[in-house]
Amino acid sequence: MANLKNTEKKTKSQAMGMHTEVLTGRTQQKFFNPDEAENFYYFGTYDVDFNKRTDLDVKDMTAAEANKKIDGLMSEGYGTIVIKNPQGKHSLGVGILNKLNLIFEGSLGYFGMGSCDGPIVRINGRVGWSCAENLMAGKVVIEKNAGSCFGAAIRGGDLICKGSVGARTGIDMKGGTIIIGGDAGAFTGFMMQRGRIIILGDVGINLGDSMYDGTIFVGGEIGSYGSDAVDSELTKSDQDWLKRKLKVAEIGENFDVSKMKKIVAGKKLWNYDNLEPTEKKGAI
Amino acid sequence: MCGIAGLIHRGKSSKVGFELQGMLQALKHRGEDSTGYALYGDTEGKNFIMRVKVGENVGEGSSSVAEDVSVYDERKKIVESYLSEMGAKIVKEERILPYSLRYEVQYDKKDLLEFSQKIESIPGVEILSMGKSLEVIKDLGNAKMVCDRYNLDKVIGTHAIGHARMATESGVDIKSAHPFWGYPFSDVSVVHNGQLTNYWNNRRALENKGMRFMSECDSELIAVYIAQKMREGATLEEGMKESLSGLDGVFTYFVATKDSLGMAKDTMAAKPLVLYESDDLVAMGSEEIAIRSILPQEIDTYDPFDGEVKVWQI
Repeated sequence: MANLKNTEKKTKSQAMGMHTEVLTGRTQQKFFNPDEAENFYYFGTYDVDFNKRTDLDVKDMTAAEANKKIDGLMSEGYGTIVIKNPQGKHSLGVGILNKLNLIFEGSLGYFGMGSCDGPIVRINGRVGWSCAENLMAGKVVIEKNAGSCFGAAIRGGDLICKGSVGARTGIDMKGGTIIIGGDAGAFTGFMMQRGRIIILGDVGINLGDSMYDGTIFVGGEIGSYGSDAVDSELTKSDQDWLKRKLKVAEIGENFDVSKMKKIVAGKKLWNYDNLEPTEKKGAI
Repeated sequence: MCGIAGLIHRGKSSKVGFELQGMLQALKHRGEDSTGYALYGDTEGKNFIMRVKVGENVGEGSSSVAEDVSVYDERKKIVESYLSEMGAKIVKEERILPYSLRYEVQYDKKDLLEFSQKIESIPGVEILSMGKSLEVIKDLGNAKMVCDRYNLDKVIGTHAIGHARMATESGVDIKSAHPFWGYPFSDVSVVHNGQLTNYWNNRRALENKGMRFMSECDSELIAVYIAQKMREGATLEEGMKESLSGLDGVFTYFVATKDSLGMAKDTMAAKPLVLYESDDLVAMGSEEIAIRSILPQEIDTYDPFDGEVKVWQI
């Protein structure tokens, strides 16, 4: 377990004049000590070997049973798990806070891969609403289409859908990257606060409605702009980043990124600063 | 919540009662206060099939008041005398449950408004459906319970829509259950998942035009709204497209006619729908697991976009 003790040493943020308040009661002022990074791990995570591979048929399992089984396999050191017959079940693969290669041979229902941190996931099918909600880190690739609220509130990692996605993709996202190979529905990037969304196809009405920050790149037509979503200049740096990202995502290999539109927040609707989330939390 | 499901076979018939039961049962966690089926069966197409209720199911958490079975008997007699008065000849009659009747009738007139008004002038009597192919069966309980109660798993037909209901806006009773018949149009039915926020304004306007409402369930408005549009000369698809701006709120709904099945999704795409489409079958539901109950193999599905209307023919 990480040593998250109170530290007397001034952190960078304190040196900048932040985090000056003294927290009392049940709240404790704990800051991550970089010196302890190698000792840091989540409770309930495992050392796994990516070369140790197994199949898991979940056809006759409930989602809870399947998730428990995945956890059990990780505890046995399996680093590559292939899930057979997911058959559109809801809430599969949720809460994995581990390095893991996870492959689904089929489609997932709602809330698949929610609240994960670290796994590399490939879904050879479709996903329902709210896939990878609250993703912290890792990579989730969907080979077909995805439902609405794709990547809601993600904070990090790469979320890739090679097909089309429904409405409210990246709603409330706070970091990370979402890449869509096809089209996206209405209210894409609704209230997003940070991170990037890349859509190679068309996008529906109210794009980036009430977005606080972050960037949306669109390759096709835009139904309409939402409140406070505005065009911005696509720079050479943006284009280089897009090319790299698409290459890593194995999507849109020959896509001409120079013709993409870049949409950002007009910053007329809010009072928001550029603090990092941890700094923001401290400042509040 | 609530869940909806529908399917249409193109160019062939199938056991649509059994298939829809599987789809709706897969959605029972979305609500099992009541379940309803609108089945488009294979018939000769000569006679009308009329599904009527002369009372409510007062068991299983019902919000209805219990009545003596003799009251149902009395209403049944009046229904049959009115049928005779209007020149409708009863070819076949079934009493599946004390409160649930099914008639096959010979009736030559095309306008069902006068016919329906006459039958429903009997207190406690409601026509659940009227058509040459359509039969609406709805009752309290989950899909399996209703299917078993009415022997629906053997029904052969081309298409069907259904609804698993969690009662939120109105009572737990058959009159508030879906599907709703598109009164007074033969063979039109509707199921809906969502909430309509301009129900009363629309209802008052439609009632002023002579349309009837049997419940206080907001979903009934869609059936009446579409029926009124068709009465004014619109096609099914035109009526559905107009509903995107005419109806306020969040909704995904299905409409079926004798030879078609349609879906519409509100402009915010706030209610879910997963769709599978192939050359010979279209299947859709609130969740993919509904489709998986009839197509367990790996298939390509998608979510229709906001403001999308689609109609398929058999």
